[in-house]
Amino acid sequence: MAIPVLLAVATMTFFLVKLAPGGPFDAEKAVSPQVLKNLNEAYNLNASQWEQYTDYMSGIVRGDFGPSFKYPGRSVTEMIGIGLPITFELAIYAILIALVIGVFSGVLAALKRNTLLDFIPMAIAMIGICVPTFLMGPLLVLIFGINLEWLPVAGWGQLAGDKILPSVTLGFAYAAYIARLSRGGMLEVLNQDFIRTARAKGLTETMVVIKHAMQGGLIPVVSFLGPAIAGLLAGSFVVETIFQIPGLGRFYVEAALNRDYTMILGTTIFFSAMIVFFNLLSDLAALWLNPRSRDIS
Amino acid sequence: MRHLYLTLTVIIFISGCSSSLSPVDDGLDKQIFHFGNGSEPQGIDPHIVTGVPEHHLLISLCEGLTSSNPNGGANLPGAAESWDISEDGTSYTFYLQKNGKWSNGEPLTAQDFAWSWKRLLTPSLGSQYPDMLYYVKGASDYHNGITDNFDDVGVEVIDDYTFRVHLNNPTPFFLGLLSHYSTWPVHKDTVLKHGTIDDRNGQWTRPGNFVCNGPFNLKSWELNSRIVVEKNPLYWDSNIVKLNEIHYYPVQNVMTEDRMFRAGQLHVTSTLPSQKCPVYIEEKNPDLRVDPYMGTYFYRLNTKNPVLTDVRVRKALAYSIDRKKLVEKVTKCGQIPAYSFTPPGSAGYQPDTEIPFDPELAKQLLVEAGYGPENEFPKLEILFNTNEDHRKLALAIQQMWQQNLGVDIVLVNQDWKVYLAREMIGDFQVSRAGWIGDYEDPNTFLDTLRPNRGNNKTGWENEEYDRLIEQANSENSQEVRYALLGKAEKILIDEMPIIPLYTYVRSYQLSSDVKGYYPNYLDHHHPKYIYLERD
Repeated sequence: MAIPVLLAVATMTFFLVKLAPGGPFDAEKAVSPQVLKNLNEAYNLNASQWEQYTDYMSGIVRGDFGPSFKYPGRSVTEMIGIGLPITFELAIYAILIALVIGVFSGVLAALKRNTLLDFIPMAIAMIGICVPTFLMGPLLVLIFGINLEWLPVAGWGQLAGDKILPSVTLGFAYAAYIARLSRGGMLEVLNQDFIRTARAKGLTETMVVIKHAMQGGLIPVVSFLGPAIAGLLAGSFVVETIFQIPGLGRFYVEAALNRDYTMILGTTIFFSAMIVFFNLLSDLAALWLNPRSRDIS
Repeated sequence: MRHLYLTLTVIIFISGCSSSLSPVDDGLDKQIFHFGNGSEPQGIDPHIVTGVPEHHLLISLCEGLTSSNPNGGANLPGAAESWDISEDGTSYTFYLQKNGKWSNGEPLTAQDFAWSWKRLLTPSLGSQYPDMLYYVKGASDYHNGITDNFDDVGVEVIDDYTFRVHLNNPTPFFLGLLSHYSTWPVHKDTVLKHGTIDDRNGQWTRPGNFVCNGPFNLKSWELNSRIVVEKNPLYWDSNIVKLNEIHYYPVQNVMTEDRMFRAGQLHVTSTLPSQKCPVYIEEKNPDLRVDPYMGTYFYRLNTKNPVLTDVRVRKALAYSIDRKKLVEKVTKCGQIPAYSFTPPGSAGYQPDTEIPFDPELAKQLLVEAGYGPENEFPKLEILFNTNEDHRKLALAIQQMWQQNLGVDIVLVNQDWKVYLAREMIGDFQVSRAGWIGDYEDPNTFLDTLRPNRGNNKTGWENEEYDRLIEQANSENSQEVRYALLGKAEKILIDEMPIIPLYTYVRSYQLSSDVKGYYPNYLDHHHPKYIYLERD
């Protein structure tokens, strides 16, 4: 199923980007028709659409996404190779922060339902969902970077501690979702018979929660993780821009603005593959965690 | 207890981060200049790239025959230690530095310049700046494929250190053109080792491969993150270079750049968030710099559009704009109201044109053009690319035109590339535009509005205007030239295919520890003169 999906994405993107007005060589200082002709020849843009399409698709089969239009001398594959590990690292830190904060506060809220320990974390979670990263990021920078001077305000891997603020900014938004999901999942599970049985067996409350309740209660979180990681990879543009991080998200958005055709196609196909892959992974994990679906399978 | 340990660890870790020196302070000791460079440079092949961030990087890595004067004005010796100009002004003989070297130690010779200019003019390379050399005899023909014999081009290698150039006409600004990176040399063997003469994607520009002749060498390039250049000990004038390294940061987000400067991560920013400029002016921020800049912000009028074919309508629109109000209430960063296309004072040229703010006259012109209560003026569209500053200005002009002329204005904002495409095919009525001079001469402005120039985009053609500029470009005397260009400028302002609004300024932040960084009209700051010293 994955291959037809990716093929469809590649084909649609190929023709859609060509439909967008403007081209990669349009600039405020217009180039002469002769120069434009030379450039189109250099990048095979004067060939028919079909010829360009078949050329491009045969390139992909060989793992060649073509040269970038905006950055002469760099291939799209190389640029994805540079940006991906950085975006991936940021996503991992963010998801870890999100999981630690989200699961802890979600489980706590479920266990202490309708007390302050429920209301406060859930209110904060609601704020986390509502406050966009483009507000949260600069806010954290102003407090910890400029006023307290504890952490660098931008960069990635250049100064000590420069990875903390972007990871927290990105993680906080997802922590909020995870907190809501884990609370909901836990509440559902905590009322079930097998939990009552576990308690009746004389297990401590901690054991009941960790060993029995969390396994079922966190299934919604696991299902959410797949799309969340894919979303983090594709959607970290804002945080990457605020914190001057050389990740893939910036390439993606800038490619679209620059009409860097090959870069748009390369990143779109790549992100689609990621989304397909992580969705599959989270489906499999949810299947494995849920005893009922395990039995059916 | 365990919580206490954890908290302590976090506090120690965080305070550990804060106790380290900021990059700016650290740079002061080590002579490392941290430079906010706007956006990621496309590359460093001087014959292929275009743009300001690319210029900032290339000016440290390579050098043309002449080099920019740190104070602006006439160019200084670069790869050429001196030059002669023939009496008729059409022949330039450059004498190259005897100790001029490439960064790999090989001597820099006149043959290198001849080959480099051949490469720039090779059509299949697809360079976007070949017109910089169109003033050289035969260059345009070679680039346009009329001849494929480079011997027909007016460049002559007299000996290893003497290079002669023959021009079509005396071109008094020719030396100025040579400070543009497109005319700079590339190392033939390195280019050919990694590709062909017309290879746009050759790997010769990568760290480790790159060879050039500037005061700094390329040390490392982390894409979208940082480019580091280090002092080149082989540079002919390396004795005066004080910086050890320059770190270029491609910070596209202006707010991020502002925060980086405030947190001590940058010595200089590429620009300033426009909303911060008036605040910093009021606060008397000592790091704020507002320098003159050779650029004009203007509105293009599509003279082929039925509504705008009548010059009286174009004048009515121009005369009903209060430029002083625009710069005082909208842009608010020291911009200067513009009453000519060429910014006044560029290389001593003072345009003698006026654009009055006279709503009554404007109304009268509109009536004369046949518009009144019976024949209402149709809705007019202002096209601009998506940007908050362009929107604010367009809103102000919309209000002025509505108030002063009673004209209905629609604002249309488009994504950058869509805006450019619409301008190019003439699918607009009024569109916002800006023009920054490539060299310090009025020709860099006035030439764009000649017929058949790609950047004209207004559809306006005027034979007399074209003839005056052609004549000016064949004159050797600067005084006569400026008089002719002044006449052409008067025609332009009288015909009004464009409405000049204001002259740009360069607003940015500069640490007081940075020395040798002087304001100049082209915003060319040669890094060989820059150094860091505690203020």
